[in-house]
Amino acid sequence: MQRFANPLRFKRLSGALLPWTSAATVLLFAAGLWMALAASPADYQQGETVRIMYVHVPAAWMAMFVYANLTIASAVALVWRHRLAEVAARAMAPMGACFTALCLATGSLWGKPMWGTWWVWDARLTSVLLLFFIYLGYVALANAFEDEARGNRAASVLAVVGAINLPVIKFSVDWWNTLHQPASVSRLDAPAIHADMLIPLLTMAAAFTAYFATVLLWRIEAALAANRAAARRMLAEAGPSAAAPRVRR
Amino acid sequence: MIAALRAILLRDLRLAWRSPQESLTVVAFFALAAILFPFGVGPEPQLLARIATGVVWTMAVLAALLSFERLFQLDHEDGTLDLLLLAPAPLEATVLAKCLAHWLTTGLPLIAASPLAAIMLNLPPDGLATLVLALLLGTPSLSLVGGVFAALTLGARRGGVLLPLLAMPLFVPVVVFGVAATEAHLAGLTARPHLLLLAAILAGAVPLAAIAGAAALRQAAE
Repeated sequence: MQRFANPLRFKRLSGALLPWTSAATVLLFAAGLWMALAASPADYQQGETVRIMYVHVPAAWMAMFVYANLTIASAVALVWRHRLAEVAARAMAPMGACFTALCLATGSLWGKPMWGTWWVWDARLTSVLLLFFIYLGYVALANAFEDEARGNRAASVLAVVGAINLPVIKFSVDWWNTLHQPASVSRLDAPAIHADMLIPLLTMAAAFTAYFATVLLWRIEAALAANRAAARRMLAEAGPSAAAPRVRR
Repeated sequence: MIAALRAILLRDLRLAWRSPQESLTVVAFFALAAILFPFGVGPEPQLLARIATGVVWTMAVLAALLSFERLFQLDHEDGTLDLLLLAPAPLEATVLAKCLAHWLTTGLPLIAASPLAAIMLNLPPDGLATLVLALLLGTPSLSLVGGVFAALTLGARRGGVLLPLLAMPLFVPVVVFGVAATEAHLAGLTARPHLLLLAAILAGAVPLAAIAGAAALRQAAE
């Protein structure tokens, strides 16, 4: 694992991976969107609005998947002081926040025709909303310090504390929701889904994952390049005397 | 170690005793915010009785959120924190002592004021004992988790605004079970499972706050 803390080695690896992940993103999105929007059948109850599911459900999966990755990267950064894990965690957090926001927005758009309301305090919706706030807190904390390294470390602690708390929050929200069961809402307990809908759904999920991998690699490369540029600028400002010993050695 | 922790605890209590306006501000905020509710929703007694427990809990959380910023801030500014980090007592235990002092100086006054606010909001007197008991079990968890975030935001830009944003999602379970305890009691059911869950959260919050708070303080001092 420590091998990949070297930015140059990481750059070689990401350079080799990126063409594949970008191609997979384009192909999977093309296939998935065509299947989801044109080829798959409309639902016999929900009609065409069921197609929102092909964006909503993968976004919800990604919201949780990215948080799991964020926790692992933050824990690795804290335990081994792994520089690249810090950069990766910081790079993926805004993406996770965007997936969560997409999940909430599409859920709201889907809820209006299905439930007749934009928002209900359903257990699942509420816990996703709280997840969104935890993402926002991570991004805000990571950017709240003059010293970037300090922001990274503080945000890593926050990510791990958040991960420990998420199951408790989920459980408490479920509990709260069974106490105050709203009358009008039919819970979306998934009935067995037919293959005609399952295959487009899984394709879209794969497309979201490939998109995440591609953009994450880009973002890490960009962050590393920004770090290098900042370091070079500092050296230049310090003048030739600061750089001299390195040259002599 | 015990002597060192007692010294930290007594020092914080003495500091709070000598400038009591800080604790009083938190209590005053709590009372005023709770009093604002009848103006917002109207003075109808049934409605107020229905929301009283929730209002007391949410306002207690908001008042507590106001107070966390100071938990380590002054020690950080005057250098005490560096001495605490160097001290032989384990930092984990120091964090717990600081959080306990915070709870004694803000949590307890809030709990003392809560029956008054609950009566003014027309909570049935029957529910008062459960309300206070739930607050006694729930507010220490708030102080512990708030302590972690106070340590994390040390030296941050806009730390005072950032802290509530970070801590709020993590306070949801405490509010849920705290309110549920009193409501169950008022509905003629037992409050026991909710109180046990609050105690479980507290039992989990002690090691979490000790470890995470110490990690946060160490990285703040680097």
